[in-house]
Amino acid sequence: MLHFSDKFFRREKGPEILLALAASVSILVTIGIIVSLFSETSGFFKEVSVKEFFTDTKWTPFFRPAHYGIAPLVVGTMLITFIAMGVAAPLGLASAIYLSEYAPDKMRRLTKPVLEVLAGIPTIVYGYFALTFVTPIIRTVLPHTNVFNALSAGIVVGIMLIPMVSSLSEDAMMAVPNSLREAAYALGATKLEVTLKVVIPSAVSGIVASFILAISRAIGETMIVTLAAGSTPKLTLNPLESIQTMTAFIAQVLLGDAPFGSIEYKSVYAVASVLFAITLAFNLVGTWIVRRYKEVY
Amino acid sequence: MALQDEIFSPRFESRERRNAICKWLFFSANLAGILVLFLLLSKVLLDSIGWLDLQFITSFPSRFPERAGILPALYGTVYVMVITAVFAIPLGIAAAVFLEEYAKGSKLLSIIQLNIYNLAGVPSIVYGILGLTVFVRWMQLGRSLLAGGLTMGLLVLPVIIVTAQEAIRAVPESWRHAAYALGASKWQTVRYVVLPSALPGILTGIILALSRAIGETAPLIPIGALTFIRTIPKSPFDSFTILPIQIYNWTSRPRDEFRAIAAAAIVVLLGVLLAMNSIAIFLRNKYQGRIKEV
Repeated sequence: MLHFSDKFFRREKGPEILLALAASVSILVTIGIIVSLFSETSGFFKEVSVKEFFTDTKWTPFFRPAHYGIAPLVVGTMLITFIAMGVAAPLGLASAIYLSEYAPDKMRRLTKPVLEVLAGIPTIVYGYFALTFVTPIIRTVLPHTNVFNALSAGIVVGIMLIPMVSSLSEDAMMAVPNSLREAAYALGATKLEVTLKVVIPSAVSGIVASFILAISRAIGETMIVTLAAGSTPKLTLNPLESIQTMTAFIAQVLLGDAPFGSIEYKSVYAVASVLFAITLAFNLVGTWIVRRYKEVY
Repeated sequence: MALQDEIFSPRFESRERRNAICKWLFFSANLAGILVLFLLLSKVLLDSIGWLDLQFITSFPSRFPERAGILPALYGTVYVMVITAVFAIPLGIAAAVFLEEYAKGSKLLSIIQLNIYNLAGVPSIVYGILGLTVFVRWMQLGRSLLAGGLTMGLLVLPVIIVTAQEAIRAVPESWRHAAYALGASKWQTVRYVVLPSALPGILTGIILALSRAIGETAPLIPIGALTFIRTIPKSPFDSFTILPIQIYNWTSRPRDEFRAIAAAAIVVLLGVLLAMNSIAIFLRNKYQGRIKEV
């Protein structure tokens, strides 16, 4: 073709191809996660039946006879998530309402950075806080509580999630057009009525999305539950007992020295696959809602 | 008129009262965050009193808490971060440039974008398992600094890409048009106009991403960052530990003295994070208004 086409290719197409390769790495990472999880999970299910994995109610990989029913780990994870959302949903939402509807500008500028700092604190520090501060308080009030318990870990996971719920819900409420608020004020509504009957219903999809993404984070949280919730997989809903979550089991086995190829080692991959599938489902629903709601206004 | 008054009563007083009560409720929820932060910081600071000194920074871990220190963990953290940065920063910026400048509006973009959002939500321990499988075993890097740094790099990649995309998007379209009008090619426009003006925003994102990585513990548990290390790693293939894993190890011991040195190590970790975030905020404030001015 043209005389300079070779040079054009080197100068223009070269960088573009390199950049495209870099962008495709993110796809490779996803494939890598799925392939590496599958590599050992398939081996696990050669030794343990799928039926046992999903229906057995005991998880005792270190004892004989070994049971591989994931139910106790899933229930432990749900218990933590439930307690965490019991803390994060009301506090996060209320603080978002305050920041978006009530706070004077000065107050916003003062308290928003605090939430950002709270969001930046490493989970290991929250774990330390749960074990050495929250747990002793719970045990003073309820003396029969185990040293490792779901309540303490759940509360602190909830605290960790407050900034996330708050900032995502606030974004959703800020996106509600002011004309809607003004219409309600013109009809004589108080600020509370405007908030509860106009702003929140209009922002509900964004608020729900913030909850869903927070649930996903709670399910995947590892260090707080490993330190404070214990390592006894138990099918219980009692928050004062020691339990084990999926993430804590993975950490427990990998911190020890389970040899490559052993059934304990493979069970980590099976649990991680379930963990990955659950969080992926929550994330997909969460981002789907966020996107849909963004199109509304 | 009288009849109407009976049917419609505005109840102004009770409604306003309810509004005032709820305002205080919302306000106290907002204060709860501040209160927790205050409690957490003071608890850690109080616990660490008397344990945080120069000897603690320059010593190796020990069975005796009064002799233990965080030197190898500090080196490990710094080295892991260097590998993470070298690996993830160029890759992340390049991916962001491609998505924003070359793939805009294409089907490919929406697929990759959705994929990146989902990667950001994958639990960090799953990244650890990815690293264990791919880097430690398949690529035979062993339980090394290199494997740890690469794993951490994959973890922060989505964060770097998303923040870099935002910075690139903030560069006004008119600047690109001006460059094209002067005869610049696409790549020249990207290289000499878009990237330089997006740089402060990209930098801020990088610092925030790395400060998240510094505090991450879970992804390096599967890699096998050891906790009892008597040497400072010399090559990327040496075994290592990092500050958060050292903190985990000390916290999980029942003795109070170990909890105290865990608290001291937390103070160091938070100090490093504070420094990094201050730099990020400084950069953000310094360059924030610049694009609008021109």
